[in-house]
Amino acid sequence: MDSGFAQTLLLTFQLAAVTTVLLLFIGVPLAFLLSRTQSRFKPILEALISMPLVLPPTVLGFYLLLAFSPRSALGNWLVETANIRLVFSFAGLVIGSLIYSLPFMVQPIQSGFESLPKHLREASYSLGKSVWQTLLRVELPNIKPAVLTGVVLAFAHTVGEFGVILMIGGNIPGETRVASIAIYDEVEALNYGIANQYALVLVLFAFAILALVYTINRRMLRTA
Amino acid sequence: MIQTSLRKALHAATGPMTLDIQLDVLTGEFLAITGASGSGKTTLLRLLAGLEKPEEGRILVDGTVWLDSARGIQLPIQDRRVGLVFQEYALFPNMTVRENLEYGLGKGQSKAIIDELIGITELEQLLGRYPAKLSGGQQQRVALARALVRRPKLLLLDEPLSALDSRMRERLQNYILKVHQAFSLTTLLVSHDHREIFKLADRVISLKQGKISQPDLPETVQYANVSDGTFRLSGEVLQLEEAGSGFSISVLIGTNVLRVPARMEDLRRLQPGDRVEILVDTQHAMLIKT
Repeated sequence: MDSGFAQTLLLTFQLAAVTTVLLLFIGVPLAFLLSRTQSRFKPILEALISMPLVLPPTVLGFYLLLAFSPRSALGNWLVETANIRLVFSFAGLVIGSLIYSLPFMVQPIQSGFESLPKHLREASYSLGKSVWQTLLRVELPNIKPAVLTGVVLAFAHTVGEFGVILMIGGNIPGETRVASIAIYDEVEALNYGIANQYALVLVLFAFAILALVYTINRRMLRTA
Repeated sequence: MIQTSLRKALHAATGPMTLDIQLDVLTGEFLAITGASGSGKTTLLRLLAGLEKPEEGRILVDGTVWLDSARGIQLPIQDRRVGLVFQEYALFPNMTVRENLEYGLGKGQSKAIIDELIGITELEQLLGRYPAKLSGGQQQRVALARALVRRPKLLLLDEPLSALDSRMRERLQNYILKVHQAFSLTTLLVSHDHREIFKLADRVISLKQGKISQPDLPETVQYANVSDGTFRLSGEVLQLEEAGSGFSISVLIGTNVLRVPARMEDLRRLQPGDRVEILVDTQHAMLIKT
Protein backbone atom coordinates (compact mmCIF):
# COMPACT_ATOMS: atom_id res chain seq x y z
CA MET A 1 0.00 0.00 0.00
CA ASP A 2 1.67 3.25 -1.08
CA SER A 3 1.63 6.47 0.89
CA GLY A 4 -0.66 8.15 -1.63
CA PHE A 5 -3.34 5.55 -0.90
CA ALA A 6 -3.11 6.06 2.84
CA GLN A 7 -2.97 9.84 2.45
CA THR A 8 -6.11 9.84 0.32
CA LEU A 9 -8.06 7.67 2.75
CA LEU A 10 -6.85 9.74 5.70
CA LEU A 11 -7.96 12.92 3.97
CA THR A 12 -11.33 11.36 3.17
CA PHE A 13 -12.00 10.48 6.78
CA GLN A 14 -10.58 13.77 8.03
CA LEU A 15 -13.00 15.66 5.84
CA ALA A 16 -15.88 13.49 7.04
CA ALA A 17 -14.90 13.87 10.70
CA VAL A 18 -14.51 17.65 10.57
CA THR A 19 -17.76 17.98 8.65
CA THR A 20 -19.66 15.73 11.07
CA VAL A 21 -18.46 17.51 14.20
CA LEU A 22 -19.37 20.90 12.75
CA LEU A 23 -22.71 19.56 11.52
CA LEU A 24 -23.54 18.30 14.99
CA PHE A 25 -23.29 21.85 16.32
CA ILE A 26 -25.29 23.24 13.41
CA GLY A 27 -27.75 20.37 13.04
CA VAL A 28 -28.95 19.95 16.63
CA PRO A 29 -30.06 23.58 17.12
CA LEU A 30 -31.53 23.66 13.61
CA ALA A 31 -33.47 20.42 14.17
CA PHE A 32 -34.61 21.72 17.56
CA LEU A 33 -35.91 24.97 16.05
CA LEU A 34 -37.61 23.17 13.18
CA SER A 35 -39.34 20.76 15.54
CA ARG A 36 -40.69 23.69 17.59
CA THR A 37 -41.46 26.44 15.15
CA GLN A 38 -44.99 27.16 14.05
CA SER A 39 -43.77 29.72 11.54
CA ARG A 40 -45.24 29.61 8.07
CA PHE A 41 -41.70 29.78 6.73
CA LYS A 42 -40.95 26.33 8.15
CA PRO A 43 -41.65 24.51 4.84
CA ILE A 44 -39.35 26.94 3.04
CA LEU A 45 -36.53 26.32 5.49
CA GLU A 46 -37.09 22.56 5.37
CA ALA A 47 -37.04 22.64 1.58
CA LEU A 48 -33.77 24.60 1.58
CA ILE A 49 -32.11 22.16 3.96
CA SER A 50 -33.31 19.16 1.96
CA MET A 51 -32.31 20.52 -1.47
CA PRO A 52 -29.02 18.57 -1.56
CA LEU A 53 -31.08 15.36 -1.39
CA VAL A 54 -32.58 15.94 -4.82
CA LEU A 55 -30.17 18.28 -6.61
CA PRO A 56 -27.38 16.78 -8.68
CA PRO A 57 -24.23 17.41 -6.62
CA THR A 58 -22.70 19.09 -9.66
CA VAL A 59 -25.35 21.82 -9.48
CA LEU A 60 -24.48 22.53 -5.86
CA GLY A 61 -20.77 22.35 -6.73
CA PHE A 62 -21.23 24.68 -9.66
CA TYR A 63 -22.84 27.42 -7.58
CA LEU A 64 -20.28 26.99 -4.82
CA LEU A 65 -17.54 27.27 -7.43
CA LEU A 66 -19.01 30.54 -8.66
CA ALA A 67 -19.42 31.85 -5.10
CA PHE A 68 -15.94 30.82 -3.94
CA SER A 69 -14.12 32.01 -7.04
CA PRO A 70 -11.80 34.98 -6.32
CA ARG A 71 -13.55 36.72 -9.20
CA SER A 72 -16.88 36.66 -7.31
CA ALA A 73 -17.75 39.27 -4.69
CA LEU A 74 -17.72 36.74 -1.82
CA GLY A 75 -14.55 34.97 -2.96
CA ASN A 76 -12.80 38.26 -3.54
CA TRP A 77 -13.83 39.59 -0.14
CA LEU A 78 -12.57 36.43 1.60
CA VAL A 79 -9.19 36.64 -0.15
CA GLU A 80 -8.85 40.37 0.50
CA THR A 81 -9.87 40.40 4.15
CA ALA A 82 -8.83 37.01 5.52
CA ASN A 83 -6.64 35.60 2.79
CA ILE A 84 -8.91 32.55 2.61
CA ARG A 85 -9.18 30.79 -0.71
CA LEU A 86 -12.05 28.34 -0.74
CA VAL A 87 -11.73 27.01 -4.26
CA PHE A 88 -9.47 23.95 -4.53
CA SER A 89 -8.82 23.91 -0.77
CA PHE A 90 -9.70 21.71 2.19
CA ALA A 91 -11.66 24.55 3.84
CA GLY A 92 -13.76 24.86 0.70
CA LEU A 93 -14.46 21.12 0.75
CA VAL A 94 -15.61 21.36 4.37
CA ILE A 95 -18.06 24.12 3.54
CA GLY A 96 -19.36 22.24 0.52
CA SER A 97 -19.74 19.07 2.61
CA LEU A 98 -21.56 20.95 5.36
CA ILE A 99 -24.25 22.01 2.91
CA TYR A 100 -24.27 18.69 1.10
CA SER A 101 -24.67 16.52 4.24
CA LEU A 102 -26.83 18.89 6.27
CA PRO A 103 -30.17 17.09 5.63
CA PHE A 104 -28.66 13.80 6.76
CA MET A 105 -27.87 15.30 10.13
CA VAL A 106 -30.99 17.45 10.54
CA GLN A 107 -33.74 15.07 9.45
CA PRO A 108 -33.20 12.18 11.91
CA ILE A 109 -32.65 14.56 14.82
CA GLN A 110 -35.69 16.65 13.91
CA SER A 111 -37.93 13.59 13.77
CA GLY A 112 -36.38 12.46 17.05
CA PHE A 113 -37.40 15.74 18.69
CA GLU A 114 -40.85 15.53 17.11
CA SER A 115 -41.41 12.00 18.36
CA LEU A 116 -40.87 13.03 21.99
CA PRO A 117 -44.17 13.61 23.81
CA LYS A 118 -44.52 17.30 24.58
CA HIS A 119 -45.53 16.45 28.14
CA LEU A 120 -41.91 15.53 28.87
CA ARG A 121 -40.67 19.06 28.32
CA GLU A 122 -43.74 20.56 29.93
CA ALA A 123 -43.13 18.47 33.05
CA SER A 124 -39.52 19.68 33.03
CA TYR A 125 -40.56 23.33 32.69
CA SER A 126 -43.05 22.89 35.53
CA LEU A 127 -40.16 21.66 37.67
CA GLY A 128 -38.50 25.04 37.15
CA LYS A 129 -36.06 23.98 34.45
CA SER A 130 -35.23 26.28 31.54
CA VAL A 131 -35.54 25.42 27.85
CA TRP A 132 -31.76 24.92 27.73
CA GLN A 133 -31.60 22.64 30.80
CA THR A 134 -34.55 20.67 29.44
CA LEU A 135 -32.84 20.24 26.08
CA LEU A 136 -29.60 18.99 27.61
CA ARG A 137 -30.94 16.79 30.41
CA VAL A 138 -34.28 15.53 29.11
CA GLU A 139 -34.68 15.90 25.35
CA LEU A 140 -31.24 15.08 23.93
CA PRO A 141 -30.62 12.07 26.23
CA ASN A 142 -33.96 10.62 25.13
CA ILE A 143 -33.24 10.94 21.42
CA LYS A 144 -29.70 9.56 21.54
CA PRO A 145 -30.40 6.96 18.83
CA ALA A 146 -31.67 9.70 16.50
CA VAL A 147 -28.58 11.82 17.13
CA LEU A 148 -26.33 8.83 16.55
CA THR A 149 -28.17 8.04 13.32
CA GLY A 150 -27.66 11.63 12.16
CA VAL A 151 -23.96 11.51 13.01
CA VAL A 152 -23.37 8.21 11.27
CA LEU A 153 -25.34 9.15 8.16
CA ALA A 154 -23.69 12.58 7.85
CA PHE A 155 -20.25 10.99 8.21
CA ALA A 156 -20.98 8.25 5.70
CA HIS A 157 -22.57 10.61 3.22
CA THR A 158 -19.56 12.90 3.35
CA VAL A 159 -17.24 9.98 2.71
CA GLY A 160 -19.30 9.15 -0.36
CA GLU A 161 -19.29 12.69 -1.72
CA PHE A 162 -18.10 13.06 -5.33
CA GLY A 163 -19.77 15.65 -7.50
CA VAL A 164 -19.44 18.65 -5.21
CA ILE A 165 -15.77 17.91 -4.56
CA LEU A 166 -15.05 17.41 -8.20
CA MET A 167 -16.44 20.86 -8.93
CA ILE A 168 -14.86 22.89 -6.12
CA GLY A 169 -11.97 20.79 -4.90
CA GLY A 170 -10.34 19.26 -7.88
CA ASN A 171 -7.78 16.55 -7.31
CA ILE A 172 -4.89 17.88 -5.21
CA PRO A 173 -3.19 15.06 -3.26
CA GLY A 174 -3.25 15.72 0.50
CA GLU A 175 -5.50 18.72 0.06
CA THR A 176 -8.61 17.83 -1.90
CA ARG A 177 -8.05 14.36 -3.35
CA VAL A 178 -10.52 12.14 -1.50
CA ALA A 179 -11.26 8.45 -2.13
CA SER A 180 -14.20 8.87 -4.49
CA ILE A 181 -12.20 11.28 -6.65
CA ALA A 182 -9.17 8.98 -6.54
CA ILE A 183 -11.23 6.06 -7.87
CA TYR A 184 -12.42 8.13 -10.81
CA ASP A 185 -8.89 9.36 -11.44
CA GLU A 186 -7.29 5.89 -11.26
CA VAL A 187 -9.89 4.43 -13.61
CA GLU A 188 -9.23 7.26 -16.06
CA ALA A 189 -5.56 6.31 -15.86
CA LEU A 190 -6.50 2.61 -16.26
CA ASN A 191 -5.05 1.74 -12.82
CA TYR A 192 -7.85 -0.70 -12.06
CA GLY A 193 -5.92 -2.33 -9.22
CA ILE A 194 -5.68 0.80 -7.07
CA ALA A 195 -9.22 1.83 -7.98
CA ASN A 196 -10.30 -1.58 -6.75
CA GLN A 197 -8.57 -1.07 -3.39
CA TYR A 198 -10.29 2.26 -2.85
CA ALA A 199 -13.63 0.85 -3.94
CA LEU A 200 -13.35 -2.15 -1.65
CA VAL A 201 -12.55 0.05 1.36
CA LEU A 202 -15.60 2.20 0.61
CA VAL A 203 -17.87 -0.82 0.13
CA LEU A 204 -16.80 -2.35 3.44
CA PHE A 205 -17.10 1.01 5.15
CA ALA A 206 -20.60 1.65 3.78
CA PHE A 207 -21.77 -1.81 4.81
CA ALA A 208 -20.35 -1.50 8.33
CA ILE A 209 -21.89 1.88 8.87
CA LEU A 210 -25.36 0.91 7.65
CA ALA A 211 -25.30 -2.30 9.71
CA LEU A 212 -24.47 -0.12 12.71
CA VAL A 213 -27.38 2.25 12.06
CA TYR A 214 -29.88 -0.58 11.68
CA THR A 215 -28.59 -2.24 14.85
CA ILE A 216 -29.04 0.98 16.77
CA ASN A 217 -32.54 1.45 15.39
CA ARG A 218 -33.52 -2.09 16.26
CA ARG A 219 -32.29 -1.71 19.80
CA MET A 220 -34.17 1.57 20.06
CA LEU A 221 -37.39 -0.15 18.96
CA ARG A 222 -36.89 -2.90 21.49
CA THR A 223 -36.40 -0.57 24.46
CA ALA A 224 -39.10 1.91 23.44
CA MET B 1 -56.80 32.30 47.53
CA ILE B 2 -56.52 31.93 43.78
CA GLN B 3 -58.49 34.36 41.69
CA THR B 4 -58.64 33.84 37.97
CA SER B 5 -60.38 35.42 35.09
CA LEU B 6 -59.42 34.01 31.71
CA ARG B 7 -60.55 34.34 28.13
CA LYS B 8 -59.15 32.43 25.17
CA ALA B 9 -60.45 31.44 21.76
CA LEU B 10 -60.24 27.69 21.20
CA HIS B 11 -60.64 25.43 18.24
CA ALA B 12 -62.32 22.37 19.65
CA ALA B 13 -63.31 19.32 17.62
CA THR B 14 -66.85 20.67 17.67
CA GLY B 15 -65.77 24.00 16.17
CA PRO B 16 -64.53 27.32 17.47
CA MET B 17 -65.53 28.41 20.95
CA THR B 18 -64.41 30.83 23.59
CA LEU B 19 -63.11 29.75 26.95
CA ASP B 20 -64.41 32.35 29.37
CA ILE B 21 -63.92 31.54 33.01
CA GLN B 22 -64.09 33.41 36.29
CA LEU B 23 -63.02 31.14 39.10
CA ASP B 24 -61.96 31.64 42.68
CA VAL B 25 -60.37 28.78 44.56
CA LEU B 26 -59.70 28.89 48.28
CA THR B 27 -56.25 28.06 49.57
CA GLY B 28 -56.27 24.43 50.61
CA GLU B 29 -59.37 23.65 48.59
CA PHE B 30 -59.68 20.49 46.49
CA LEU B 31 -61.60 21.46 43.39
CA ALA B 32 -62.74 18.98 40.76
CA ILE B 33 -63.41 20.06 37.21
CA THR B 34 -65.63 17.95 35.05
CA GLY B 35 -67.29 18.34 31.68
CA ALA B 36 -67.45 16.75 28.24
CA SER B 37 -64.24 16.35 26.27
CA GLY B 38 -63.43 19.52 24.38
CA SER B 39 -65.15 21.70 26.98
CA GLY B 40 -61.89 23.40 27.93
CA LYS B 41 -60.90 21.58 31.13
CA THR B 42 -57.36 20.81 30.09
CA THR B 43 -56.90 24.28 28.60
CA LEU B 44 -57.95 25.80 31.92
CA LEU B 45 -55.21 23.83 33.72
CA ARG B 46 -52.66 24.73 31.03
CA LEU B 47 -53.53 28.41 31.35
CA LEU B 48 -53.07 28.23 35.11
CA ALA B 49 -49.76 26.41 34.70
CA GLY B 50 -48.51 28.92 32.14
CA LEU B 51 -48.27 26.41 29.31
CA GLU B 52 -50.71 28.48 27.29
CA LYS B 53 -51.45 32.14 26.97
CA PRO B 54 -54.92 33.62 27.18
CA GLU B 55 -56.05 36.51 25.00
CA GLU B 56 -57.07 38.28 28.13
CA GLY B 57 -56.98 37.48 31.79
CA ARG B 58 -55.67 37.72 35.30
CA ILE B 59 -54.37 35.10 37.69
CA LEU B 60 -53.74 36.11 41.27
CA VAL B 61 -52.33 33.53 43.67
CA ASP B 62 -52.16 34.50 47.34
CA GLY B 63 -51.65 38.12 46.35
CA THR B 64 -48.95 37.37 43.74
CA VAL B 65 -49.76 38.25 40.15
CA TRP B 66 -49.05 35.30 37.86
CA LEU B 67 -50.77 36.83 34.90
CA ASP B 68 -52.23 40.19 34.08
CA SER B 69 -52.73 40.76 30.39
CA ALA B 70 -53.75 44.39 30.95
CA ARG B 71 -50.38 45.14 32.55
CA GLY B 72 -48.45 42.77 30.30
CA ILE B 73 -47.41 40.49 33.15
CA GLN B 74 -46.98 36.84 32.28
CA LEU B 75 -44.99 34.75 34.73
CA PRO B 76 -43.31 31.84 32.92
CA ILE B 77 -44.24 28.35 34.08
CA GLN B 78 -40.82 27.98 35.72
CA ASP B 79 -41.65 30.78 38.16
CA ARG B 80 -45.22 29.77 38.96
CA ARG B 81 -44.64 26.93 41.40
CA VAL B 82 -47.24 24.54 40.06
CA GLY B 83 -47.14 20.78 40.27
CA LEU B 84 -48.32 19.11 37.09
CA VAL B 85 -49.49 15.53 36.69
CA PHE B 86 -50.61 14.32 33.27
CA GLN B 87 -52.61 11.27 32.33
CA GLU B 88 -49.54 9.99 30.45
CA TYR B 89 -47.27 10.20 33.55
CA ALA B 90 -44.52 12.01 31.59
CA LEU B 91 -41.65 10.53 33.58
CA PHE B 92 -38.23 11.07 32.02
CA PRO B 93 -37.32 7.70 30.47
CA ASN B 94 -33.57 8.35 30.76
CA MET B 95 -33.70 8.71 34.54
CA THR B 96 -34.39 6.28 37.37
CA VAL B 97 -37.21 6.95 39.81
CA ARG B 98 -34.81 8.63 42.22
CA GLU B 99 -33.26 10.71 39.44
CA ASN B 100 -36.71 11.75 38.25
CA LEU B 101 -37.46 13.03 41.74
CA GLU B 102 -34.09 14.72 42.25
CA TYR B 103 -34.42 16.45 38.88
CA GLY B 104 -37.19 18.52 40.43
CA LEU B 105 -34.96 19.93 43.18
CA GLY B 106 -34.27 23.64 42.94
CA LYS B 107 -30.78 25.08 43.32
CA GLY B 108 -29.61 24.56 46.87
CA GLN B 109 -32.87 22.89 47.91
CA SER B 110 -32.45 20.25 50.60
CA LYS B 111 -32.95 16.62 49.63
CA ALA B 112 -35.09 16.05 52.71
CA ILE B 113 -38.24 16.65 50.69
CA ILE B 114 -37.36 13.70 48.44
CA ASP B 115 -37.17 11.27 51.34
CA GLU B 116 -40.40 12.64 52.75
CA LEU B 117 -42.17 12.14 49.40
CA ILE B 118 -40.69 8.67 48.94
CA GLY B 119 -42.14 7.78 52.35
CA ILE B 120 -45.58 9.20 51.67
CA THR B 121 -45.96 7.60 48.24
CA GLU B 122 -44.16 4.39 49.30
CA LEU B 123 -41.61 4.37 46.50
CA GLU B 124 -38.74 2.86 48.54
CA GLN B 125 -38.63 -0.35 46.50
CA LEU B 126 -38.71 1.39 43.12
CA LEU B 127 -35.99 4.03 43.43
CA GLY B 128 -33.42 2.35 41.18
CA ARG B 129 -35.82 1.41 38.42
CA TYR B 130 -36.39 3.13 35.11
CA PRO B 131 -39.93 4.23 34.18
CA ALA B 132 -40.18 1.59 31.44
CA LYS B 133 -39.99 -1.08 34.15
CA LEU B 134 -42.87 0.32 36.20
CA SER B 135 -46.60 -0.34 36.02
CA GLY B 136 -48.97 2.51 35.18
CA GLY B 137 -49.96 2.95 38.81
CA GLN B 138 -46.33 3.00 39.96
CA GLN B 139 -45.42 5.54 37.28
CA GLN B 140 -48.24 7.80 38.34
CA ARG B 141 -47.15 7.60 41.97
CA VAL B 142 -43.68 8.72 40.91
CA ALA B 143 -45.17 11.50 38.78
CA LEU B 144 -47.25 12.65 41.74
CA ALA B 145 -44.23 12.67 44.05
CA ARG B 146 -42.09 14.45 41.43
CA ALA B 147 -44.72 17.17 41.00
CA LEU B 148 -44.39 17.99 44.71
CA VAL B 149 -40.60 18.21 44.98
CA ARG B 150 -40.62 21.96 44.44
CA ARG B 151 -43.31 22.38 47.11
CA PRO B 152 -45.80 23.92 44.71
CA LYS B 153 -48.70 26.04 45.89
CA LEU B 154 -50.97 24.62 43.28
CA LEU B 155 -51.29 21.00 42.21
CA LEU B 156 -52.86 20.48 38.79
CA LEU B 157 -54.02 16.96 37.97
CA ASP B 158 -55.20 16.38 34.40
CA GLU B 159 -57.17 13.13 34.41
CA PRO B 160 -54.29 11.50 36.26
CA LEU B 161 -56.01 8.19 36.88
CA SER B 162 -58.11 7.55 33.81
CA ALA B 163 -55.55 5.17 32.28
CA LEU B 164 -55.58 2.94 35.37
CA ASP B 165 -57.84 0.08 36.40
CA SER B 166 -60.31 0.65 39.20
CA ARG B 167 -58.29 -0.99 41.99
CA MET B 168 -55.18 0.99 41.13
CA ARG B 169 -57.29 4.11 40.83
CA GLU B 170 -58.60 3.73 44.33
CA ARG B 171 -55.11 3.32 45.78
CA LEU B 172 -53.87 6.39 43.95
CA GLN B 173 -56.84 8.43 45.09
CA ASN B 174 -55.70 7.73 48.62
CA TYR B 175 -52.18 8.94 47.82
CA ILE B 176 -53.57 12.09 46.22
CA LEU B 177 -55.70 12.81 49.26
CA LYS B 178 -52.73 12.13 51.52
CA VAL B 179 -50.40 14.58 49.79
CA HIS B 180 -53.15 17.18 49.41
CA GLN B 181 -53.48 17.21 53.16
CA ALA B 182 -49.83 16.66 54.10
CA PHE B 183 -48.60 19.59 52.00
CA SER B 184 -51.67 21.83 52.46
CA LEU B 185 -52.00 22.04 48.71
CA THR B 186 -54.60 23.74 46.65
CA THR B 187 -55.51 21.04 44.16
CA LEU B 188 -57.39 21.14 40.87
CA LEU B 189 -58.39 17.79 39.46
CA VAL B 190 -59.84 17.18 36.02
CA SER B 191 -61.88 14.02 36.15
CA HIS B 192 -64.85 12.30 34.57
CA ASP B 193 -65.26 9.81 37.36
CA HIS B 194 -68.05 10.86 39.70
CA ARG B 195 -66.96 8.47 42.40
CA GLU B 196 -63.47 9.88 42.28
CA ILE B 197 -64.77 13.42 42.46
CA PHE B 198 -66.95 12.75 45.46
CA LYS B 199 -64.22 10.89 47.24
CA LEU B 200 -61.61 13.61 46.76
CA ALA B 201 -63.10 17.00 46.07
CA ASP B 202 -64.52 19.68 48.33
CA ARG B 203 -66.26 21.28 45.40
CA VAL B 204 -66.92 20.50 41.77
CA ILE B 205 -67.45 22.72 38.77
CA SER B 206 -68.52 21.63 35.34
CA LEU B 207 -67.37 23.19 32.09
CA LYS B 208 -69.58 23.36 29.07
CA GLN B 209 -68.38 24.96 25.83
CA GLY B 210 -65.67 26.81 27.70
CA LYS B 211 -67.94 28.24 30.42
CA ILE B 212 -68.61 27.16 33.97
CA SER B 213 -72.04 25.63 34.25
CA GLN B 214 -73.89 24.02 37.10
CA PRO B 215 -72.74 20.44 37.48
CA ASP B 216 -74.98 18.29 35.35
CA LEU B 217 -76.76 15.98 37.69
CA PRO B 218 -75.90 12.50 36.51
CA GLU B 219 -79.40 11.36 37.36
CA THR B 220 -82.63 13.24 37.74
CA VAL B 221 -84.29 12.69 41.03
CA GLN B 222 -87.84 11.55 40.67
CA TYR B 223 -89.87 13.38 43.19
CA ALA B 224 -92.62 12.10 45.38
CA ASN B 225 -94.73 9.56 43.73
CA VAL B 226 -97.89 10.41 45.59
CA SER B 227 -99.89 7.43 44.47
CA ASP B 228 -97.81 4.93 46.44
CA GLY B 229 -96.48 7.38 48.98
CA THR B 230 -92.74 7.01 48.26
CA PHE B 231 -89.82 9.04 46.89
CA ARG B 232 -87.89 7.25 44.23
CA LEU B 233 -84.25 8.21 44.13
CA SER B 234 -82.23 6.60 41.39
CA GLY B 235 -78.48 6.42 41.54
CA GLU B 236 -75.33 4.42 41.23
CA VAL B 237 -73.77 2.07 43.74
CA LEU B 238 -70.36 3.39 44.84
CA GLN B 239 -69.28 1.08 47.59
CA LEU B 240 -70.39 -1.84 49.69
CA GLU B 241 -69.08 -1.86 53.23
CA GLU B 242 -69.51 -3.26 56.67
CA ALA B 243 -71.21 -0.94 59.12
CA GLY B 244 -71.14 -2.23 62.65
CA SER B 245 -73.00 -5.49 62.76
CA GLY B 246 -74.68 -4.97 59.38
CA PHE B 247 -73.75 -3.67 55.99
CA SER B 248 -74.24 -0.43 54.15
CA ILE B 249 -74.21 0.64 50.55
CA SER B 250 -73.08 4.07 49.40
CA VAL B 251 -75.21 5.31 46.56
CA LEU B 252 -74.41 8.34 44.44
CA ILE B 253 -77.57 10.33 43.80
CA GLY B 254 -77.15 13.55 41.91
CA THR B 255 -74.27 15.22 43.67
CA ASN B 256 -74.88 13.51 47.01
CA VAL B 257 -73.79 10.22 48.43
CA LEU B 258 -76.39 8.41 50.52
CA ARG B 259 -75.40 5.58 52.78
CA VAL B 260 -78.20 3.05 52.91
CA PRO B 261 -78.39 0.08 55.26
CA ALA B 262 -78.27 -3.17 53.36
CA ARG B 263 -79.05 -6.81 53.81
CA MET B 264 -76.75 -9.70 53.07
CA GLU B 265 -78.65 -10.61 49.89
CA ASP B 266 -78.32 -7.03 48.60
CA LEU B 267 -74.58 -7.36 48.91
CA ARG B 268 -74.59 -10.55 46.89
CA ARG B 269 -76.67 -9.04 44.13
CA LEU B 270 -74.96 -5.67 43.87
CA GLN B 271 -71.57 -4.38 42.90
CA PRO B 272 -70.13 -0.90 42.43
CA GLY B 273 -71.44 0.69 39.27
CA ASP B 274 -74.87 -0.97 39.42
CA ARG B 275 -77.91 1.25 39.03
CA VAL B 276 -80.36 1.17 41.93
CA GLU B 277 -83.45 2.97 43.15
CA ILE B 278 -83.96 3.93 46.77
CA LEU B 279 -87.53 4.10 47.93
CA VAL B 280 -88.26 6.45 50.81
CA ASP B 281 -91.56 6.58 52.59
CA THR B 282 -92.98 10.12 52.21
CA GLN B 283 -94.77 9.85 55.55
CA HIS B 284 -91.47 9.91 57.37
CA ALA B 285 -89.99 12.73 55.35
CA MET B 286 -89.32 15.92 57.31
CA LEU B 287 -88.28 19.38 56.18
CA ILE B 288 -85.88 21.39 58.32
CA LYS B 289 -84.74 24.87 57.46
CA THR B 290 -80.93 25.14 57.46
